[in-house]
Amino acid sequence: MATTAPARRLPAPPPADPGPRAPRATLRQRLARWDVRLSPYLYVAPFFLVFAVAGLFPIVYTAYVSVHDWHLIGGQGEFVGLQNFVDVLQQPRFRTALRNTFSIFLLSSVPQVAMAIALAAVLDANLRAKTFWRMGVLLPYVVAPVAVSLIFSKMFADQSGLINALLAGVGVEPIRWHSDVLASHVAIASMVNFRWTGYNTLIALAAMQAVPRELYEAAVIDGAGRLRQFFSITVPMLRPTIIFIVITSTIGGLQIFDEPRMFDQMGLGGADRQWMTLTMYLYELGWGAQKSFGRASAVAWLLFLIIVLIGLVNFALTRRIASSGGKGGQR
Amino acid sequence: MRTRRSVPVVAGAAGIALLAAACGTSGADTGGEAAASGDGEGGDVTLTVATFNEFGYEELIEEYMDANPGVTVEHKKAATSNEARDNMNTRLAAGSGLADIEAIEVDWLPELMQYSDKFVDLADPAVEGRWLDWKVEQATTPDGALIGYGTDIGPVSVCYRSDLFAAAGLPTDRAEVAALLEGDWDTYFEVGRQFAASSDVPWFDSAQATYQGMINQVANAYEESDGTPIPLAENAEVKDLYDQVVAAGVDDGLSAHLEQWSEDWVNAFQNDGFATMLCPGWMLGVIEGNAAGVEGWDIADVYPGGGGNWGGSFLTVPAQGEHPEEAKALAQWLTAPEQQLKAFEAKGTFPSQVEALESEELRGQTNEFFNDAPVGEILANRAEAVEVTPFKGPNYFAIHQTVSDAITRADVGSDDAASSWEKALAAFDELGLG
Repeated sequence: MATTAPARRLPAPPPADPGPRAPRATLRQRLARWDVRLSPYLYVAPFFLVFAVAGLFPIVYTAYVSVHDWHLIGGQGEFVGLQNFVDVLQQPRFRTALRNTFSIFLLSSVPQVAMAIALAAVLDANLRAKTFWRMGVLLPYVVAPVAVSLIFSKMFADQSGLINALLAGVGVEPIRWHSDVLASHVAIASMVNFRWTGYNTLIALAAMQAVPRELYEAAVIDGAGRLRQFFSITVPMLRPTIIFIVITSTIGGLQIFDEPRMFDQMGLGGADRQWMTLTMYLYELGWGAQKSFGRASAVAWLLFLIIVLIGLVNFALTRRIASSGGKGGQR
Repeated sequence: MRTRRSVPVVAGAAGIALLAAACGTSGADTGGEAAASGDGEGGDVTLTVATFNEFGYEELIEEYMDANPGVTVEHKKAATSNEARDNMNTRLAAGSGLADIEAIEVDWLPELMQYSDKFVDLADPAVEGRWLDWKVEQATTPDGALIGYGTDIGPVSVCYRSDLFAAAGLPTDRAEVAALLEGDWDTYFEVGRQFAASSDVPWFDSAQATYQGMINQVANAYEESDGTPIPLAENAEVKDLYDQVVAAGVDDGLSAHLEQWSEDWVNAFQNDGFATMLCPGWMLGVIEGNAAGVEGWDIADVYPGGGGNWGGSFLTVPAQGEHPEEAKALAQWLTAPEQQLKAFEAKGTFPSQVEALESEELRGQTNEFFNDAPVGEILANRAEAVEVTPFKGPNYFAIHQTVSDAITRADVGSDDAASSWEKALAAFDELGLG
């Protein structure tokens, strides 16, 4: 289509052009037209090619695997329909994994977003050595997650860990980070927060700096205090950024793997699967005891659907929160 | 204007060309590699050997290359066996990408046995009688094919802290300790109770690890010899061991309630965490590393219930390789008694070859850290005492995990013995083996 259309229209211009130069102009013109029509698509094409190979194909293929018996080494078996999904949903461990994932996700994402915005507000103020502080918050992000996990699992060791030693110093009973459900989730969430808060802070900070300063000047003239400015100007103006942060941290939070897997040496999520997340469950199904890629793929798809669902809920919620804040600002 | 506009077309096209080139290059690379290993110059052969942790093969490989000028050997070492295992399973499924010789742990055998056609049958008159019988048996398929050449084994003995023994009024000399512990697991736990009566230090490190030692002596732990899984609820033998180890470890407080390899376990070596532990040959290095600077570790020539084997590896030749014959020859050479003794000297991997076990060189080995104990002789004796080869079918590890988890739950105190066992039964049902 795109190639024939200009060709058909081309015969029209030549009569207008002086004779000898006509053929060259036609070629250029043709190129120019193709250029206008095609080059935007060529520009975006690499992304879609990569996406098709690295994103779309795996998703579709996973769906295909999930409706078959599929052994890790043995490979493809019979078509079983939705049996894998039924099997997975009936396993109590799926519910445990779901519970753990949500618990760790909430314990990490909520404080993380709040802390990131608060920190960004502080960094947005007139500080000495701004760049130093700004670089500082990003420092944990540079550390590889596995290294973070190694350090934190030393700190959170039940008997010989630093945290329990500090707690003992103030007279608190040692917490059993590796056997209590909630304690293990808190420990893992703290690793996630350590790593990601700074990253989100910088994103929030960038957005904050784009807020027109006149708004603050006007607010100061109106007699608004620092807090009032923060909640009535900064937060509403940050709305799209907050939505971005919430959605990316949702995706990251629900896919969490490295930190809980490295939390002990076995990497199974504890003897009672206290901190086994959905992705770890997926891994255990595929590569662990059951060696069933079919079931693992079913979990992958369930996880995908859950993320989409939570993403939508998040989007609706953050929109409402942010827009009600916006109204407050308009008043 | 026009010429400038046409630049983007070129740029876009170049982008795609680059992408295509990127894919193309990687393809060409693998092709090139394959070609190089096929016939580099004049029929030379390149063999890859993939191992994990420490096999002690570095110098041996040099030696082999010197002796066989036509052969180049590349050694790929994975840091952990888990890493090597994931790599193995994935590439086995993919049908390409494995090394010519792949080292495997004894634990992976039951799974790999199901796909024995993916490995070269290594049975050969030249290696008959080379290994301990049970070592060969482990790697032999039901229809008689040998899929792996034995490297090291893990004969288990009891390591103990003589200083803590002395403080509790128990004998400290390793011969006397061996006499004291001679017997079955009841004896081991009974001596533990004596010890606990006059010491605050726990008797052993971990209930799960102790159970591991016990289950290694059961011929048909979780499956019948034809591979049929024994329903866990009806498995009286396992339930009995479970009750025994939980009663000793938790009720009598003999366990230090540590999970092996955990941070606390590693640190416990430094602060008198426990008085004894079951130690396979490869554990000696681990203890020495963790307990650096601690005096008093010793090793007794005894093991509850006779002998036991914990771990050990094999070399396999995956059928997908291009040079199965050459690879087989190299694997045969690497696992020959002389070479295995050198590997033992280099990294302490205890040989599984009859001749190596009988050699003076091995028997004469002592270990300074363990109070100059004659570890070579002790471990060789322990290897000879092994009578039972546990049958490990394809579901062995899945079921074992459910019981191990149950013991850990009871041991670290996140659950009581009865409810933890119920959870094990539920986890067993989840496996869907019924």
